[in-house]
Amino acid sequence: MSKQKGSIVEWIDERFPLTATWRAHLSEYYAPKNFNFWYYFGSLALLVLVNQLITGIFLTMSYKPDANLAFSSIEYIMRDVNFGWLIRYMHSTGASMFFVVVYLHMFRGMMYGSYRKPRELLWLIGMAIFFVLMSLAFTGYILPWGQMSYWGAQVIVSMFGAIPFIGETLSNWILGDFMLSDAALNRFFAYHVVTLPILLVVLVFVHVIALHEVGSNNPDGIEIKANIDPKTGTPVDGIPFHPYYTVKDIVGVVAFLIVFCGIIFFAPEMGGYFLEYNNFIPANTLQTPDHIAPVWYFTPYYSMLRAVTVNFLWIDAKLWGVILMAAAVIIFCFLPWLDRSPVKSIRYKGPYFKIALTLFVISFFVLGWLGTKAPTPLYTLLAQIFTVIYFAFFILMPWYSKIDKTKPEPKRVTK
Amino acid sequence: MADSGGEMNSRRRFLVLATSVAGGIAGVAVATPFMLSMMPSERAKAAGAPVEVDISKLEPGMLLMVEWRGKVVWVLKRTQDMLENLEKLEVVLADPNSEKDQQPAYAKNRTRSIKPEILVVEGVCTHLGCSPVYRKDIAPADLGADWLGGFFCPCHGSKFDLAGRVYKGVPAPTNLVVPPHTYLSENQLLIGSESKESA
Repeated sequence: MSKQKGSIVEWIDERFPLTATWRAHLSEYYAPKNFNFWYYFGSLALLVLVNQLITGIFLTMSYKPDANLAFSSIEYIMRDVNFGWLIRYMHSTGASMFFVVVYLHMFRGMMYGSYRKPRELLWLIGMAIFFVLMSLAFTGYILPWGQMSYWGAQVIVSMFGAIPFIGETLSNWILGDFMLSDAALNRFFAYHVVTLPILLVVLVFVHVIALHEVGSNNPDGIEIKANIDPKTGTPVDGIPFHPYYTVKDIVGVVAFLIVFCGIIFFAPEMGGYFLEYNNFIPANTLQTPDHIAPVWYFTPYYSMLRAVTVNFLWIDAKLWGVILMAAAVIIFCFLPWLDRSPVKSIRYKGPYFKIALTLFVISFFVLGWLGTKAPTPLYTLLAQIFTVIYFAFFILMPWYSKIDKTKPEPKRVTK
Repeated sequence: MADSGGEMNSRRRFLVLATSVAGGIAGVAVATPFMLSMMPSERAKAAGAPVEVDISKLEPGMLLMVEWRGKVVWVLKRTQDMLENLEKLEVVLADPNSEKDQQPAYAKNRTRSIKPEILVVEGVCTHLGCSPVYRKDIAPADLGADWLGGFFCPCHGSKFDLAGRVYKGVPAPTNLVVPPHTYLSENQLLIGSESKESA
């Protein structure tokens, strides 16, 4: 940003740190020069967030948060509102793509040890974003008030009812009624369009600030700040975010938008994975659909919920399922302290970590697939086995990451 | 404050603490009405009157769905075969004698009902609130050869017999809930209340 004497920029700079902010976060924010494919997903998540905010605002203009009107107001958006179908498909596809990019973004962090010191807090803020995102997805999915909205919400809210002593009062407080009804739909709408988006935007801002404080990790998992050019005072292996990575990220954006538009225009329901067919039936409080499953991004956790079929200790199977499901998400928060490896990146980690991460990814996919299927004894057994593998990845990490045979980290970033 | 010394500092600390506590109490007090506004409203509490059901047209083996307090209540007229099968299943049930408090005292029996053939039970799975499916077919392919008819929850695979008693080894912890009910006459069933007066 040029700063000539008497320019508008100078006038603003005397009153607001415009140029200073631009420099600190873009033109003089030094990021490692060896970012690869996996580093697209942070900026893509930001893009999807903007997509959700904008399309969401336009959807609220025609949507009605009323148990009697909600379903038909969605039909109205789809059929009668000009380009309503486009805006709604952008929003519903955006929800699924949000999870695609966020899961890949998290996987990147797991591969390259981005959660390790000094980025523990950055990782925890990211996890908070993930929790808010899941809440947003859940509250948003209820709004069409179709069969899956209704029965999905019924299952999730009943989970709170499983908490001993306070469960029933808590679920009444959540629902604002003694059962899932209009009161709940109305307040979930409030959470979905006001509370949670504000929280999400604030957390994303904090996430970026925390990132720029500690600096970005990279595929080699070494600190570029450890090697500062004495002449310029900047990292030898760093390049300014703008223009280098803004331009790189635009390439990612273009590729992403091609896929995104392809889904919106040719397969917005994605074979029932992005928009479930049962949700095209209005909510019927008297009958559960023959087969219910959450949207794909929740199915791994859903498999774990129903994997527990035995009472254990003084806690019954139902509560164990809920505990396990919550633990499966929360356990990511402990990664910075579970990993005892002397190196950060998978490039220099040994075979144990590589095998563990592979098994974890396989178990995540298998659990996800099982979660879309109707429960049978065989599937329940498989879900139990892969739930154990899923948790073993985390619980055994302090052991296998320590005894693993690692390679020495390089002094400078490699290609 | 140059000459304030230790006494002044401790006094200042006390005032800061007292102000913080007072502010904290005020914060909780202000939050209370907002939190309580989310509890079920008076209108929600007032809803939920008992419902009367005419069961004269109910054939043996037929299931009637009634809505009471936004929940589905099943009224099932069991056949003689169904009643005989209840005993055979007891070895695979978690609570065959209905020890857990999921029913009024008058339904704490093998058929879990007032009249042996008429089952009145909430069609809400005790696991996570789905509504199980009525499967009266004997030994269907998907439920196995041991199935003698019952209720199967499609959400998480819980199984109940035709008295709403839960099987062992399924996610649901307890038997289905029998709501308070009574017979006003031979074929007039009242769900949600045990006497005509309080209806």
